[in-house]
Amino acid sequence: MWRYLARTIAQRLLLLIVISMVSHAVIHLAPGEPSQVDPMNPMMKAADIARIRQSFHLDDPLYLQYVHWLRDLLTGELKSFRDGSPVVPRIWGRFLNSLPLFLCTTLIVWTASFPTGIQAALRRGSVYDRSTTLIAYTLISIPGFFLAYLLILGVVRIFHLPVIGLHTFGTEHANGLRRAMDRLWHLVIPSVMAALTGIAVLSRYVRSQMLEVLEQDYVRTARAKGLSEERVVYGHALRNALLPFVTLFGFLLPGLISGSVIFEQIFAWPGLGLLGYEAILSRDFPMILTLNFMAAALTLFGILVSDILYALVDPRIRLE
Amino acid sequence: MSIPVSPRPESLLGASAEVEALGLAETPFQQVWRTFRKDRLAMASLFVLAALFAFALVGKLLTEWWVVFDPATVRLPDKLLPPLSAPSSHLSKALLPPFHLYPLGTDELGRNVLARMLQGAFVSLSVGLVAVSISMAIGIFVGGLAGFYGQRRVLFVSIDTWLMRFTDVVLCFPTFFLILTVVALLPPSIYNIMIVIGITSWMGTARFVRAEFLALREQDFVIAAKALGFSESRIIFRHMVPNAMAPVLVSATIDVARAILTESALSFLGFGVRPPFATWGNILADGRTYIFDAPWLFVIPGSAILVVVLAFNLVGEGLRDAMNPKLRKRAS
Repeated sequence: MWRYLARTIAQRLLLLIVISMVSHAVIHLAPGEPSQVDPMNPMMKAADIARIRQSFHLDDPLYLQYVHWLRDLLTGELKSFRDGSPVVPRIWGRFLNSLPLFLCTTLIVWTASFPTGIQAALRRGSVYDRSTTLIAYTLISIPGFFLAYLLILGVVRIFHLPVIGLHTFGTEHANGLRRAMDRLWHLVIPSVMAALTGIAVLSRYVRSQMLEVLEQDYVRTARAKGLSEERVVYGHALRNALLPFVTLFGFLLPGLISGSVIFEQIFAWPGLGLLGYEAILSRDFPMILTLNFMAAALTLFGILVSDILYALVDPRIRLE
Repeated sequence: MSIPVSPRPESLLGASAEVEALGLAETPFQQVWRTFRKDRLAMASLFVLAALFAFALVGKLLTEWWVVFDPATVRLPDKLLPPLSAPSSHLSKALLPPFHLYPLGTDELGRNVLARMLQGAFVSLSVGLVAVSISMAIGIFVGGLAGFYGQRRVLFVSIDTWLMRFTDVVLCFPTFFLILTVVALLPPSIYNIMIVIGITSWMGTARFVRAEFLALREQDFVIAAKALGFSESRIIFRHMVPNAMAPVLVSATIDVARAILTESALSFLGFGVRPPFATWGNILADGRTYIFDAPWLFVIPGSAILVVVLAFNLVGEGLRDAMNPKLRKRAS
């Protein structure tokens, strides 16, 4: 077990370095440079561009730029090209904004899709099953921002829910409870929107897993020995159907960074996705690279966590 | 939508007499088709797709080759007219729309929305299809190489390990973020979008093909082909690739849907296909500005994308069910 862990962690670290090299090369080799963001500006003289290029190390060979980036990242001195602010603290600040949205969305997705999926599997072929199937496919097929815009129109008129930003303007000095309530209130719509597609995908998956498990012999045995239907479904079938979902937990993590660009853009939510979007617009290479690096690290970490969880949950699997 | 929903296909296959009567004479294609045909939802979607292809071809014909609908004609007096309205009397004769009618209204420049949708159908569809062809080509190549020549070693490590670790590397990139980065950095062009979507979505195909190849290698017919001394390329392309296509085809159908959605998301963020081309995605993204004044500019392309993507997804699911040997009772 420990040897397995040490070996995978070493492998993953190597993989992470390769990924950072590749993404560094891709971003630097693609046309378009930070010094060319504003080519029409008459105040930009050739000398200024040369100065910018020099201070960003853009004239150095590629491998040297990579070394610079990695060194600055590790010593915590990495500065944004755009405004010279340190990258890591800014990402941390945005991360704290993204986290509640991510947690809330995940919570909604996982609490809503299990009952829906299980019911659909139990009542297979019924009107309920067929209509949830169709709704799920519709939610998967609709462009996210199209649905969000349509729902915003209705929700704002009927429920007067706020749909922009983290908190109401001018409540910075209100007492703690009030501020917390205000933030929660702002969280409702973005997280429900972001959760809808997730619910559709996950509930389909729950349904097919349950269908598979319900046909197993041990479920028939449980029924035959006269257990209540409740016990059979939740005690025997569901527990076994849950296994693959442990893997899904691992794949959730990277969604923290890249999964929410569209929704953060719609709701003006200053999170990581929006940070990345702004960085891309301004060719802010250190920021883009660091975000990419963190997303890859989160993915690898997520896979590792799901491997370990799988071994913990399923006694048939042993990590060698 | 009121498409009738059928019971799952496997429940219909209980009629074993029918299955037996059909016997061994069926080709695999016929077997799949027989199951697929019974999934009414998937069949309805197939008709939707056929209609879409027809719409796209007619659109290409009528907007570019024999210009009846000109999507680029600007008619400022007629801007933001609702669907089914007639042109105003201020227009010169040359600018009048066909049949003196705007069936889907006009946009903020007075362009005929139907003409733009007709042009956009072909572009949107080709973005999806070209992107998926690229990803399938890369996926089959990488997966096939890893599955067939996997045991050979290059630099002490087997080809299989190299290729699959490489696939893992690409899988670790946050896909949409990567697409966004590359599309933002590259010069704006519709071909770049197709290529980038293609390059970032081949990993699933590669894994499917590799798994199928590993299973097929041990099958009797492949061993027989080897014993007969067929060339490797013949074994791969005539014997193994066709047998590995089932999961690839399913994921390709669903990937077309995903590519169309990705294109519209890119348009929303301002990195989509640029103005001379209209796509459904950028008509929708531009329409959101007028959501209060001219809701049809938003609702029409949005619903069109929804219906088409839904149809691709349902056909994909129908194919998956029809090709799944667990669900399909073998005729033999």
